Amino acid sequence: MLEPVSALNGASFDGLARIEETGLQGMITLRGDLSAKAVKSAATAASGVRRVPDQRQANVSGEKGLCWMSPDELLVLCPYGAVAEALEKMQAALAGSHALAVNVSDARAVVRLSGPAAREVLAKLCPVDLAPAAFTPGMFRRTRMAQAPVAFWMDDDESFRIVCFRSVAQYVFDVLKVAAQPGSEVGFHARPEPV
Amino acid sequence: MLILNCPYCGVDADETELAAGGEAHLKRHGPGSSDDEFHGYLFARKNPRGVHFERWRHAHGCGKWFHAARDTVTLEVFGTYPAQTEGPPKPILAAIEARRPGWTLD
Amino acid sequence: MSTRLANHGRLIDRSATLGFTFNGKAMIGHPGDTLASALLANDQLMIGRSFKYHRPRGLVASGAEEPNALVGLGSGARFEPNQRATTTELFDGLEAISQNHWPSLEFDIGAVNTYLSRFLPAGFYYKMFMYPRGFWKHVYEPFIRQSAGLGKVPTERDSDTYEHFYAFTDVLVIGGGVAGLQAAKSAAQSGARVLVLEQTAHWGGRAPVDGGSVGGAPVEEFVAALLDELGAMENVTLRSRTMAAGVYDHGYVLGYERLTDHAPTQPGPRHRLWRIRAAQVISATGAIERPLSFAGNDVPGVMLAGAMRDYAVNFGVAPGKRIIVATNNDDAYRTAITLRQAGLDVLRILDARDTGGGALMNEARALGIRIDCGRAIGKVSGGKRVHKVQICAQNGQGGALEAVECDAVAMSGGWSPVVHLWSHCGGKLLWDEAQAHFRPDPQRPPTGAGGKGFVTTAGSASGALSLAGVLRDANEAGKSAAQAAGFKPKRTRTPQAEDATEAPLEPVWLMPREAGVRLRAKTWLDYQNDVKVTDVQLAAREGYESVEHTKRYTTLGMATDQGKLSNINGLATLSQALGAAIPAVGTTTFRPPYTPISMGAIAGEARGAVFQPLRRTPMHGWHAEHGAEWEPVGQWRRPYAYPRTGESVHDAVNREVRNTRQAVGLLDASTLGKLIVKGPDAGRFLDMLYTNMMSTLKPGRCRYGLMCSENGFLIDDGVVARLDEDTFLCHTTTGGAERIHAHMEEWLQTEWWDWKVFVANVTEQYAQVAVVGPKARQLLEKLGGMDLGAEALPFMGWSEGRIGEFDARVFRISFSGELSFEIAVPASQGLAFWSALLAAGHALGVMPYGTEALHVMRAEKGFIMIGDETDGTVIPQDLGLDWAISKKKDDYLGKRAQARSHMTDPERWKLVGLETTDGSVLPDGAYAIGPGVNANGQSNTQGRVTSTYFSPTLNKGIAMGLVLHGPDRMGEVLEFPGTEGNTFHARIVDPVFFDKDGEKQNA
Repeated sequence: MLEPVSALNGASFDGLARIEETGLQGMITLRGDLSAKAVKSAATAASGVRRVPDQRQANVSGEKGLCWMSPDELLVLCPYGAVAEALEKMQAALAGSHALAVNVSDARAVVRLSGPAAREVLAKLCPVDLAPAAFTPGMFRRTRMAQAPVAFWMDDDESFRIVCFRSVAQYVFDVLKVAAQPGSEVGFHARPEPV
Repeated sequence: MLILNCPYCGVDADETELAAGGEAHLKRHGPGSSDDEFHGYLFARKNPRGVHFERWRHAHGCGKWFHAARDTVTLEVFGTYPAQTEGPPKPILAAIEARRPGWTLD
Repeated sequence: MSTRLANHGRLIDRSATLGFTFNGKAMIGHPGDTLASALLANDQLMIGRSFKYHRPRGLVASGAEEPNALVGLGSGARFEPNQRATTTELFDGLEAISQNHWPSLEFDIGAVNTYLSRFLPAGFYYKMFMYPRGFWKHVYEPFIRQSAGLGKVPTERDSDTYEHFYAFTDVLVIGGGVAGLQAAKSAAQSGARVLVLEQTAHWGGRAPVDGGSVGGAPVEEFVAALLDELGAMENVTLRSRTMAAGVYDHGYVLGYERLTDHAPTQPGPRHRLWRIRAAQVISATGAIERPLSFAGNDVPGVMLAGAMRDYAVNFGVAPGKRIIVATNNDDAYRTAITLRQAGLDVLRILDARDTGGGALMNEARALGIRIDCGRAIGKVSGGKRVHKVQICAQNGQGGALEAVECDAVAMSGGWSPVVHLWSHCGGKLLWDEAQAHFRPDPQRPPTGAGGKGFVTTAGSASGALSLAGVLRDANEAGKSAAQAAGFKPKRTRTPQAEDATEAPLEPVWLMPREAGVRLRAKTWLDYQNDVKVTDVQLAAREGYESVEHTKRYTTLGMATDQGKLSNINGLATLSQALGAAIPAVGTTTFRPPYTPISMGAIAGEARGAVFQPLRRTPMHGWHAEHGAEWEPVGQWRRPYAYPRTGESVHDAVNREVRNTRQAVGLLDASTLGKLIVKGPDAGRFLDMLYTNMMSTLKPGRCRYGLMCSENGFLIDDGVVARLDEDTFLCHTTTGGAERIHAHMEEWLQTEWWDWKVFVANVTEQYAQVAVVGPKARQLLEKLGGMDLGAEALPFMGWSEGRIGEFDARVFRISFSGELSFEIAVPASQGLAFWSALLAAGHALGVMPYGTEALHVMRAEKGFIMIGDETDGTVIPQDLGLDWAISKKKDDYLGKRAQARSHMTDPERWKLVGLETTDGSVLPDGAYAIGPGVNANGQSNTQGRVTSTYFSPTLNKGIAMGLVLHGPDRMGEVLEFPGTEGNTFHARIVDPVFFDKDGEKQNA
């Protein structure tokens, strides 16, 4: 049996924060009228989560979930092996509506960034307010990481999942490594212990 | 380094997330148009000193095109609005008139 | 001589020592010293030579405004020129070298310039080097290059690392003096997020040096308490060693944090560039003291009075033991008092004001210091250090009343607010007649996105110069910034400060007032650029009325200090020379950065392997392991060729072409853009985007298409496959996927928003391999699976199925003229598929080929390449692609433009093939010479080469080019000049060199 290989084959790095490629993640781009019932039910049926997220929100649990990409686009997450089945379900639900559902699992890579300094490591690369009060689990953000487009959300207060194109996975991993190099603590979001 | 609020995703986007697209509300002239019309559509731009309507794309974000009403001198932003419109919407015009008494849309 | 005092030194730790070198000489300092204070403690009064006249120069200031004490720091990969000794914290092992001298600091040949100074006036370079014209290249320029430049450029690659940090805050406070700290507190009490930046390593700014008390306690204790309070507030962040370099549009501020400059063995990045967005900015940047303009004011040992006080109080050092103080204001008395209390001889205070000062004068007099009112310095004598001061009346021409031997001079011309950060983004200034300085006009602040001011100033930066005034102003600034940021400030009372009442300052722009030309020619305004009073006066006489022009003409206020000391004095001198009021002359523009920041900080993480994103296909690793020579295509790296051991790249390309033509080759085509276009209006949409008709394409079939911009020029090409009734798959060029995706979205979102079409970029979902050559089908059949026979899958068809164990979509398209299958498999299986093809094709002689073989083969077939045959000015008609332009369509992007007269001009150059008469390869981009010459006497041209290769198939050079009337001139021979003085002769031929009937690709 053929073993599919993710972009970085599970590479990891431990610095100020832990950086690891999560391996293959099922991902479907769904474009359509997000208020339409057919589109909503296609999204929930394929992802297994019940609620379609609002603007700039992610509703993710483990390998399953929905992320709000734009007013007419959702990112549907499901286990990698379940994509074909999920797509079938979606096509059925979408029959007759104007929508597009397409497998992008192999076009992307997912990197997890975790640890108490995760916010600060990311804030070295993304022009986004990552203060604990400003960016919280449940939110979803598309932006750039240094020079590559990325999207991310938080699974908990100390960990991010970052989605990027497969071709720049190495770049994303490498800039995160630079940002997480030992000795580069910032102490802005996470206050250092008083000396 | 501007900040523009993307009307589609609601993000106050840093200029480095955006791509500029020039003057907004151009009327397309295709086959059948006169040379002058086509020239005006393709090349003639207002380039005003003051109030200007512009196209921007939230390129490193939700990917959507939107419009911004902005002062090219002070960089004051009067508002942003979706691109699916032939002209600036009323609330934007009202915001400009409030800030620039006597200004009129030409 | 300069020396370490027995007392004072609040910032140094006398119990420990640090070793360092200056020009190789070993010296000793203490932790807490700056390089400047440590040099003073070692009696190193002279630190460098000036830029133009190479005059000996020493410290004049104690902070970021220092113009003279620039040194080269470090060595090897850590060498950096032009570092200010005053802002360099001392560490053990620091190495510094002085600049602008040869052969040595003590003895310098360039110093002869000082004797030639009357021949080197303002504008010297403009005047002198004009004539004779021929001298520029061989005489003047080499001379100027030899002597130009401040410091030496590092020769090694920087070994340090740098980074950026994006921070967002409600209120940003720039400056950690009493004003900044008090403003931060009053802002933070509202609940706003507050970030405070301080450029030095210490908090409290000048206050602990200047003295005074708050609520009865010494100001130093007040600062300590304030810091404790701020440190305990969750919403406050304090960053020392972080300079705000610039304030930009919409509340964007750059902060420059120096993390390891003071501790180079510490791990981590050297500098961090803070990219801050602040709703409100408080500029609490303090004030800078102005020098006095008297002859010899640049002799080492002449120092700003405030700086001399800083050195004594903070570091326990003094530039001399017998000191004369010259002033036009009360503040300099503080210096005299401090020095006296430190046990030094203050020989005289020369107060230019006839009536002298206020309470501080009395205090100084009580200490036994002699005070002469209405007196001035006529001239300071001394070469490498101060020897003597001639005293004269301020209201006179400088007739010496007395000469006093001394070894240091403290001068004060009053204080000017640091308005740089206020001004960077458009804040306007007011001329304050009483203080004789420009200060921010609170009515005209820089405005932000909402059209309202986003910068306020606090403390001395506002022009408040007394401690009580500073605290009052800062407290209000903090509140108003918090309010403007949307918070409700707390009602709080300003801490009450007690300080001495001061007598008014009296502006002194020249000392003495009527100084003659001999004195004025030795009176420096700008130390760093060697600009004297006479230079600015000359500029005014020569008609430079604009301050901006005078700046360029005289170099006043240029270079690394940007006129921090010289600005106001220069302006005042110019305004007097022009007979105009100072505010009417105005200031030059303040531009970021406040002080220079490192290039490394600007680059941040973007260096080395992550200088820019490098896009990799799933087979990238295999290519690297197999010796690929890389070709950058956009951000992708594609194999150019796979040279084998001992094989040249050129030979490898020829081998790859021959093998593909004769057996079978594999190309990693994963980088080609793949866009899904779906919806009921997809066909209609693609008809608008492509020049040809796409809506008539049948599912299961492919069609080559051209895309033009609205002004008619070719922007992309590729094969479109119709997947089903509603869905198309559009292939773009390698560099084109993101661009064409954006192009489609732009038209869908902004013009045809009611059309029902969705687009998705699936470029990277697939690894795509072109299996090319006469044995291509044989190879695929070895893997087994779907029927790839000519009937099941004819040329320009596509089909889906399994090849071996892979899910595949196969396109029968060819860019080489060979039998060719482009096969897309999921990216996660790309490497496995590639390996399986290589294994299956081993016996058939399969080889991978790179982009150069691809190019050669497409050129042999006369296929155009976007970016070679096109350059943004070429339309499809130029390339003989009329067959790909639908005549049936009313409209497509570019159609109207292609009807413009210039586009239909029969004189446009058209695509042809070119074949050298001797089989050699034409140079790329070469022009064909036409008859006659143009208006400049240059040969006319009549065409140019767009692609040129050696064809191993035909064993000769082949090329394509655009030629005037080309298609009508078959057989004609054109002349193409080479770059070595040679000429190529090439015949115009049909651009299809190989298999004109397409028998091979259709097999």
